[in-house]
Amino acid sequence: MNNLVVLPIVIPLLTGMLLILFKQYIQLQRTASFLALVGTTLVHCLLLFEIKQSGVQAVQMGSWPAPFGITLATDMFSALLLLTSNVVALICLLFAFHSLSAEIEETYFYSLFLFLITGVNGSFITGDLFNLYVFFEVLLIASYVLVSIGGKKKQLREAMKYVVINVLSSSLFLFAIAYLYSITGTLNLAHLSVRVAQTGQDALITAVSLLLLIVLSIKAGLFLFFWLPGSYSAPPTVIAAVFAALLTKVGIYGIIRMFSLIFYHETHVTHLFIGILAALTMILGGLGASGYGDIKKILTYNVVIGAGFILAGLAAFSPEALNGSIFYLIHDMISKALVFLIGGIVIHLTGTTKLEDMSGLIRTHPALGWMFFITILALAGIPPLSGFIGKVLVTEGTFVSGYYWLGAIGLLASIMILYSLLKIFMNAFWGETILSVEEEKGTTKGLMLPVALLTTLTIVIGIFAQVLVPYVDLATYSLLNPEVYIEAVFSGNPIP
Amino acid sequence: MKSNDVILHTLTKVAIFVIFTFAIDLFLSGHHEPGGGFIGGLAIASGIVLFYLSFGSERVSKNLPLNFIKVAASGVAIAVLTGMIGLLSGDPFLTHRIYEVDLLIFGPTEITTALLFDTGVALAVVGTAVHIILTISEDRE
Amino acid sequence: MEILVAILIGILVAIGTYLLLSKEMLRIILGISLFSHAANLLIITMGGLKTGSPPLLSEEGSTFTDALPQALILTAIVINFAVTALVLVLSYRTYKKNRTDNMEKLRGNEHE
Repeated sequence: MNNLVVLPIVIPLLTGMLLILFKQYIQLQRTASFLALVGTTLVHCLLLFEIKQSGVQAVQMGSWPAPFGITLATDMFSALLLLTSNVVALICLLFAFHSLSAEIEETYFYSLFLFLITGVNGSFITGDLFNLYVFFEVLLIASYVLVSIGGKKKQLREAMKYVVINVLSSSLFLFAIAYLYSITGTLNLAHLSVRVAQTGQDALITAVSLLLLIVLSIKAGLFLFFWLPGSYSAPPTVIAAVFAALLTKVGIYGIIRMFSLIFYHETHVTHLFIGILAALTMILGGLGASGYGDIKKILTYNVVIGAGFILAGLAAFSPEALNGSIFYLIHDMISKALVFLIGGIVIHLTGTTKLEDMSGLIRTHPALGWMFFITILALAGIPPLSGFIGKVLVTEGTFVSGYYWLGAIGLLASIMILYSLLKIFMNAFWGETILSVEEEKGTTKGLMLPVALLTTLTIVIGIFAQVLVPYVDLATYSLLNPEVYIEAVFSGNPIP
Repeated sequence: MKSNDVILHTLTKVAIFVIFTFAIDLFLSGHHEPGGGFIGGLAIASGIVLFYLSFGSERVSKNLPLNFIKVAASGVAIAVLTGMIGLLSGDPFLTHRIYEVDLLIFGPTEITTALLFDTGVALAVVGTAVHIILTISEDRE
Repeated sequence: MEILVAILIGILVAIGTYLLLSKEMLRIILGISLFSHAANLLIITMGGLKTGSPPLLSEEGSTFTDALPQALILTAIVINFAVTALVLVLSYRTYKKNRTDNMEKLRGNEHE
């Protein structure tokens, strides 16, 4: 029992609720939300060290013993994701201070942002399938409002589609929960794992697991990403960056958790299916990213490729591949936020999203240009930046498990990422300078600090990956050995 | 628009006492019998909506100057803070306590921290339900 | 009883899907609303439809009704209520701003 586990949910939720009461005090809102995220980040650091020392941390809400009450549990995997997502959210918040209009800030932006973080943290922490649904809804409802905040024509139009798709997938989630409950009689993740292992994963359970996979794929942007490019290009830059960095990752976390803790018995069906979906995602995403001439479209298709690549590691389901997936997940959160922020700044400066209408920004904004170049290298997986180790491990893992085609498509996708982003770099930064500083549509005042922080993070994670290795190894160990998680949740009580 | 709604007004003034009394009864009986903060809050919300229906939003807003978003937010905040009582004594989040108090007229009574939690839930439900209905019903464009 | 409810769920899902595939916004909202009702009904059916036994196992009674699905659908209904309200307001704003409730015309074009 460790009450630290509760704080990542309680701190942002409580702060967000209290901030609703102080709607008009913008400065207070900024300070309070910043402090709340600093608080959660510190809590995550503490959790990380505690898990390193004494294993998976679990708490039973309201002191109800394990399968009956609601369980919250963090293993190393979720702790790493919690820490990364909150650091990214913190940096995006700094960007929000300088990029949002006062009108948006006054329409409960900070509260909604904190609710989004509540939902993200809750999804990473919860040990109960229905609670996962609830936290998904918390973050989705916050995201529905954030997509449409400001109320521009395009935003409302895209928000409508986004909401309909997600409400439908949430209903399907409920269907999956109902079937799973009637088959196993429980919704506690650890207990589900035990029950499924006892009765064996028969065809019925596998079918339900595939329904669950479809639901989570819609959220993760795995193959069913048709809604993603539209709705991620509508909202303001910082919101799009947070969505790209965190929202799809929550879906990916769900898939990895489900198919490593519960449905790991029939890997030749489920994991092969995930592998095929991942391959298709990478191909389609790569085609989209290299085909479009619009910055926002290119970047959103890059989000899709990232999702496919991470789940390729899950499909291989070996220690190296999962290590790679976790490394790549951490890298992807940081670099997707970074690339969206830089893309947003470029659009902010030039006032257009079309690549053909921009040129030569590197002369007026050399720092921005070179940071973008570093990001491209990181995303393409060039050493010593953060994307390298994840790419190597995932590719190695797929080759070792015999999925040669999957590894090859992954490498092909990297080339497409490189091509699509270099296209932005060549068009926007190189060439003749057509915009002088005076003619620009906006300034970069205050926006460079968050970008620089994220760039530093990608470099640091790349160079000091060795420091992370024991943590990631531990995460993979708990993913591949469900007993660890189950034992921590039941903490010695008999399993009914 | 002036319409003759004497019957509605008179009926509302009577019915509102029944609704609120029943709501409070539902709210308090929640610990051992069917009821609780959620359903009690809904009953209170239905009473407030009845007010709005029969007297119009201007008159009610003047006499009931509440920002229902803030009501909902403070409700959730109360509920979360009550959940944290457990943290102080080292129990898990949301652990509740029961005290036996001898209230002079009512005899021995159980008082729980869950009641406080339910108050938060009730406020949240009242705030959200009324706010949703008001938002949908009024055209702000 | 379970079979009857299962057929009912099937009908709800069928109507929901039909409405979802139409072009008017309001019909789509009704469609997703019916879909969620079907999901809620499914949960309560999956818990087993029994009558006449309390949800707690006491000393006399030997059967009991599973109370968990009720708690689950209560939560799901509340979430569904909030989301439906949000979608209604959002669709109304979209209609006001874009001057159409036809999803076909809300595809968005490349040049705007």
